[in-house]
Amino acid sequence: MEDRPVCTNIATELIDTTVVEMKTDNTMTEEKFSFTSGAKRQISITGVVGLVLLVLGIVLSMNSGGHGEEGHGDEEHALTATEQTLEASVTQEEETHAAEEDEHAAATEEHHETATWLKRVYNSLWVNNIYFTGLAIIGLFFIAIQYAAQAGWSVGMLRVSLSMAHWLPIAGILMLVSWFIVKGDVFHWTHHDLYEGPHADDILIGKSALWFWPLEAGGFPLFYILRMVVFFGLWYMFFLWIKREMLAEDLDGNVSHWYKARKYSAIFLVIFAVSSSVAAWDWVMSIDPHWFSTMFGWYIFASWWVNGLAAITLIVVVLKQNGYLSIVNSNHLHDIGKFIFGFSIFWTYIWFSQFLLIYYANIPEETIYFIERIESSQYVWVFYMNLSLNFFLPFLLLMTRDAKRHMSFLKIVCPIVLVGHWFDFYLMVTPGVMKEEGTFGFVEIGMLMIFGAAFLFVTLSNLTKYPLFAKNHPMLQESLHHHI
Amino acid sequence: MQVTSAVREDLVTGGKTVHDVTHDICRQVEGKPTKSWMLGMAISLGALGIGTYAVLALLWEGIGVWGLNKTVGWAWDITNFVWWVGIGHAGTLISAILLLFRQKWRMSINRAAEAMTIFAVICAACFPGLHMGRLWVGFYWALPLPNTWGSLWVNFNSPLLWDVFAISTYFTVSLVFWYIGLIPDFASIRDRATNKISKAVYGALSFGWDGAAKTWMRYESVALILAGLATPLVLSVHTIVSFDFATSVIPGWHTTIFPPYFVAGAIFSGFAMVLTLMLVTRKVYKLEDYITINHIELMNIIIIITGSIVGIAYITEFFIAWYSGVEAEQYAFINRATGPYWWAYATMMTCNVISPQLFWFKKIRTNIAATFILSIIVNIGMWFERFVIIVTSLHRDYLPSSWAMFYPTFYDVGVYLFTFGLFFTAFLLFAKFFPVINMAEVKSIIKSSSLKETK
Repeated sequence: MEDRPVCTNIATELIDTTVVEMKTDNTMTEEKFSFTSGAKRQISITGVVGLVLLVLGIVLSMNSGGHGEEGHGDEEHALTATEQTLEASVTQEEETHAAEEDEHAAATEEHHETATWLKRVYNSLWVNNIYFTGLAIIGLFFIAIQYAAQAGWSVGMLRVSLSMAHWLPIAGILMLVSWFIVKGDVFHWTHHDLYEGPHADDILIGKSALWFWPLEAGGFPLFYILRMVVFFGLWYMFFLWIKREMLAEDLDGNVSHWYKARKYSAIFLVIFAVSSSVAAWDWVMSIDPHWFSTMFGWYIFASWWVNGLAAITLIVVVLKQNGYLSIVNSNHLHDIGKFIFGFSIFWTYIWFSQFLLIYYANIPEETIYFIERIESSQYVWVFYMNLSLNFFLPFLLLMTRDAKRHMSFLKIVCPIVLVGHWFDFYLMVTPGVMKEEGTFGFVEIGMLMIFGAAFLFVTLSNLTKYPLFAKNHPMLQESLHHHI
Repeated sequence: MQVTSAVREDLVTGGKTVHDVTHDICRQVEGKPTKSWMLGMAISLGALGIGTYAVLALLWEGIGVWGLNKTVGWAWDITNFVWWVGIGHAGTLISAILLLFRQKWRMSINRAAEAMTIFAVICAACFPGLHMGRLWVGFYWALPLPNTWGSLWVNFNSPLLWDVFAISTYFTVSLVFWYIGLIPDFASIRDRATNKISKAVYGALSFGWDGAAKTWMRYESVALILAGLATPLVLSVHTIVSFDFATSVIPGWHTTIFPPYFVAGAIFSGFAMVLTLMLVTRKVYKLEDYITINHIELMNIIIIITGSIVGIAYITEFFIAWYSGVEAEQYAFINRATGPYWWAYATMMTCNVISPQLFWFKKIRTNIAATFILSIIVNIGMWFERFVIIVTSLHRDYLPSSWAMFYPTFYDVGVYLFTFGLFFTAFLLFAKFFPVINMAEVKSIIKSSSLKETK
């Protein structure tokens, strides 16, 4: 209630003036981040430990031979039974179709036997592709939103967010290359025998154009690959353009750069609005190729967005604790804290709406998605953990005003959100890929550490290349005097 | 110290002082009703009169006088209900969510937008009430009251009942929020009043406001708490309205994107209605310095954003219907676009998705006449959106033998007209007797947001 006539919260004022030294002159000194060798070593060690864990996990998984099968036999039976009852309630046509599907699933397994350990590697590779692409694109999206909405408070955080977006080209290449490696196991619809012959699947044939157009169904998915390339290409192009304007502003201080960045941001947001949903259908929803939900695109976006906010906040907080970014004070942290709080609720809203509507209508083709996740001991804990880490904990921990303003709290909540949403993506991808063999162990932890270390390394080394905040940003003074 | 960046446009123009704000806004309340106001009131009361006849006839004869049939059991009634509830979103959105986002441009439009919200929700509530056929027991039937007929309770599993709770809670909070905001302004009018009656009336309305620092402090905390409460409420209302359809298994209704897409659509139509009303009020009351072109442009930007979100949702629904491979779902959407109601679908697409894109041109979004026309077009489109969703999904039943069309009768139109009469009568009364702009809030930004003029 900052703008009402008599509305000074005296207590806050006292705290803030002691913490923040207001700078009113226009000659701000530039601040540079230096990526120390100590920090580099720490990150590298994380990556190496991750690699060791991954190898260890693979070895353990190979030796256990079909890991997860011994203990879970009963449950597997139970699940198949549920599935069958469900499918029995569908029409006759569907039933025969289901039987066909079982058949060809068995058949494909025969002439395409990927070892469980390798499937785990593919699976976690894909989970991390989606997760880290999200962090990178949200880095750009955050900037675009701030420019398009003419936000003033966030000036001090834009460069951190910009650095995260540097992961975009790497994410794109990784995704494209690894897609060809993992496709047979992650994307069931790539199997050519689904489109003709005894295992033909009418539903998949019906939508095959989405992937294979203009080529023959079951061949090379040109349309799909084209979309992946175009999306990353567009995102990267807008990243370069917006970055160019942001950095040019540092040199000449011309306000026209701000207007240009705003224009690019608006166009990017339009492109992102469409491409993020389509990407979600392509990269995640099509893993369960028979299942569909109109909400899914926005669900992925909600997950990416709150996760990206948590990453930006965590990096800002760590930088501050290392003596950087004094222009970001508890007022700014309060704002971004509100964002994390609010968008955790938003994510839950989207999650709940999707869940409730499918649960309530109880249509077997739709409920199967949640049944696979709730009725199986491999995933049920992730299902509930997802809600606790991404809703209950951020909701309760960030409820009070003080919690959002204190770095110690943000340092607890942000990692919770970051881990929580990793599991959110894990839960979207794994059941479709691993079926009843999904586990969480060294392979998954190791892969996450490797990706995390690489992402952090790229982000931080790019952060050294420009000042930590834009001294000529037209909103800088507003941000310095931001007070809530 | 508050700093406003040089790249921001002024929110109050014409070098207004704090006293000018009081004067410019109070004088509408203090003066005699103008001729244009009288004319507006006469038209509204006329509509209300004809509408009242339709409502009374409906209550006397029963809902059989509507054009509903065994296949299309929901048509204009629910269409109008959802349409009005949607319009009733903008007010609280502007006051609560824009307040949380510290958007200062909300300040000169929030009062009227909140009033609009309250009247729109009242209009919306008419429809479920009238649809029960026996309005007088409607309140009793809709509430979970202990009763003497054994275990006869309302159906807690029904989203229609959740609607009763959501909308009544929303209405209550919106009303309190609006009224609390009015109190300091009523006090200003009371202090300026020259005759005894208005002094007494506005004195009572202002609850003895004394303007002390302590009073302001309490006012601030109450407003913030109400904003916090209103934000989830405003989102919950249209979410639950969307559940009315989406929890079903009717193709075209059951789709998971409905909740956020309905909320976006509601904001879209709500802002359009705010623009329609404010553009007239601003002109008649000469408030051009408070509701500036900048305000209009920002509202138009919200219209582009929400219109595009709605557009993406339409395309998503269409796409997923194809993608799902579910025949009934695919047919429902093809039938929408190319069946006997293609014209309703085409109107919806044109008005909601295509025409708002004109606001990408700065010339159009800063043009008052264009904005006024487009704001009405948007609300026509949003009415058709609900009509398309409701009627086209129902009229082709699972059994081709029960396929039917819906034809509205005089009473369908009449009841809709009744709500228009009610809405505009209430709004005109508000515009005459209440301050249409929140003076206290606008005064708080006079210093920081009208610098360019005074420098």
